[in-house]
Amino acid sequence: MNRFVRLAEHDRAEIRFRIDGRGVTALEGDTLLTAMRLNGFILRWSEFSDGPRAGFCLMGACQDCWVTTAEGGRLRACSTLVANDLSILTTPEVE
Amino acid sequence: MTAPRIIVVGAGPAGIRAAQTLVEAGVRPVVIDEGEASGGQIYRRQPNGFKRDFRQLYGTEHRRARDLHETFDALREKMDYRPRTLAWNLSEGALHIVHNGISNAVPFDGMILATGATDRLLPVRGWTTPGVYSLGASQIALKAQACAIGRRVVFIGTGPLLYLVATQYLKAGAEVAAVLDTSAFGHRLAALPLLLARPDALAKGLALIAQLRLAGITMLTGIRPIAIEAGADRNVARVHVRDARGRDRNFMCDAVAMGYHLRPETQLADLARCDFSFDPATHLWSPMTDAMGRTSVRGIYVAGDGVKISGADAAEIAGRLAAHAAIADLHSAHPAGRGAEGSVKKLLTSHRRMDRFRRGLAKGFPWPAHLAEALPDDTILCRCESVTVGSLRMAATALGAPEVNRAKAFVRVGMGRCQGRFCGPASAEILAAVLGKSTDGVGRLRGQAPVKPLPIATVPEDAS
Ligand SMILES: Cc1cc2nc3c(=O)[nH]c(=O)nc-3n(C[C@H](O)[C@H](O)[C@H](O)COP(=O)(O)OP(=O)(O)OC[C@H]3O[C@@H](n4cnc5c(N)ncnc54)[C@H](O)[C@@H]3O)c2cc1C
Repeated sequence: MNRFVRLAEHDRAEIRFRIDGRGVTALEGDTLLTAMRLNGFILRWSEFSDGPRAGFCLMGACQDCWVTTAEGGRLRACSTLVANDLSILTTPEVE
Repeated sequence: MTAPRIIVVGAGPAGIRAAQTLVEAGVRPVVIDEGEASGGQIYRRQPNGFKRDFRQLYGTEHRRARDLHETFDALREKMDYRPRTLAWNLSEGALHIVHNGISNAVPFDGMILATGATDRLLPVRGWTTPGVYSLGASQIALKAQACAIGRRVVFIGTGPLLYLVATQYLKAGAEVAAVLDTSAFGHRLAALPLLLARPDALAKGLALIAQLRLAGITMLTGIRPIAIEAGADRNVARVHVRDARGRDRNFMCDAVAMGYHLRPETQLADLARCDFSFDPATHLWSPMTDAMGRTSVRGIYVAGDGVKISGADAAEIAGRLAAHAAIADLHSAHPAGRGAEGSVKKLLTSHRRMDRFRRGLAKGFPWPAHLAEALPDDTILCRCESVTVGSLRMAATALGAPEVNRAKAFVRVGMGRCQGRFCGPASAEILAAVLGKSTDGVGRLRGQAPVKPLPIATVPEDAS
């Protein structure tokens, strides 16, 4: 399973949020993409039925890191910082 | 005479030096950058609350990084700096920007585009698999988040950044599974005379390779990427390549960083209707400029990796030169506009040296156009809309698309919201090969507004 690996900067405040209803933790200053990848989540399923995506460019140019919030909003996970009480849904698998 | 209104887009090395030079000439520039903080790609800052020092973050470049950050911070009161602001369109005499979902237009007399570069990519089977990132992304994860993209990372592609980022991963404590380069050792030997234009930079590059070798990292040159394969959990499990002797080689890993040197971000120059030219040595299109960075459109200047991939030191020089040009053209009454000939001359001399080195890098780590041409039909070419290589070939053969913009209209390659940043370079080679034309013969994907996707809820300022 691919996950990000935190190599330094462990000394930051803890953030708690939810992915697909599951409670997960991250650190203040993590992007949503970092937090989701550290926790082993993919970010979304391609709407063109070619499988899961987990981000690619990390600089706001590709389309691979859009995630949906429980309220129905869309966020670019690479350029959004995690916050307490965020609730994220990875889109359901379309096959 | 009142000072002209000059906008600088980009707060990397080029934009920072441009802003500084403008301030010294009595101009109060507007500086637009979409990033959280200034620094650009190479000197990207880490978020508040992170504690790594300059040396840990920027290695051999730590002094330059500190100098640029301090220079920019000292200018804060003397310019109108707008961080987290995207420049997304241009109309007659005004730049359209968006900040926090609110868009407005900033009028200008002159504009310096210092927009930098993004990774140049060659698609390969399986490159949309979770765990595969662009090389730039793998570095951003490390610099801005103190994370590796995986436990065991394969670096694949070509270019100096491949070795730089692999070394940065090694130093930060990640495992580097292999560094797989499509360029051949012979390319680098042939490039040596040009690379000697900057012995210091060449020595730094050789030191990177020596460090990887010392650490026992497998490094192959002249490889052909075959596929990135997923495991049962649908994440990356291994990378399959063919080595220079034609043998199949597999590398187990849980993450892949891929990049083929860089490509300039030229969309705004395109919207400004600057003339472009094709460089056969790099297969890249760039706005045409004079030695100072003046484009074919009056009042529009370009500097740094947003024009030609010459690296950070050259970007600093180019930023200064473009600002001097803007001052000379638009603010000649100011004393600084006149006294600058001596320093401009020196800057031009070192910029020429940097340009020799740039050509050396292009020769040493060439864009593998032949590999793009040979991609199998079922490879996903466009990540945005999952268009395959085969569909593009069909656009040319069955539908008769004579050039890239028509092919885009037919099969949507380059139509996705990344605007062809990631599929464009390979698309041009594939189309050229099918049509039997040269790469420039199939044209250039036109930039369109918005140059990057806008937040869904963007509203004009007067409507808010
Ligand atoms: C991901 C990445 C990592 C790199 N790392 C290194 C490295 O470690 N060492 C090295 O020598 N070289 C590195 N490079 C090469 C790098 O391009 C140059 O060394 C150097 O950063 C170029 O300086 P610049 O000022 O031309 O552009 P950049 O430093 O790229 O700065 C451009 C700035 O413009 C901003 N921008 C662009 N378009 C817009 C827009 N439309 N609206 C608002 N803002 C915009 C960007 O946010 C960015 O801050 C890297 C390149 C990339 C893409």
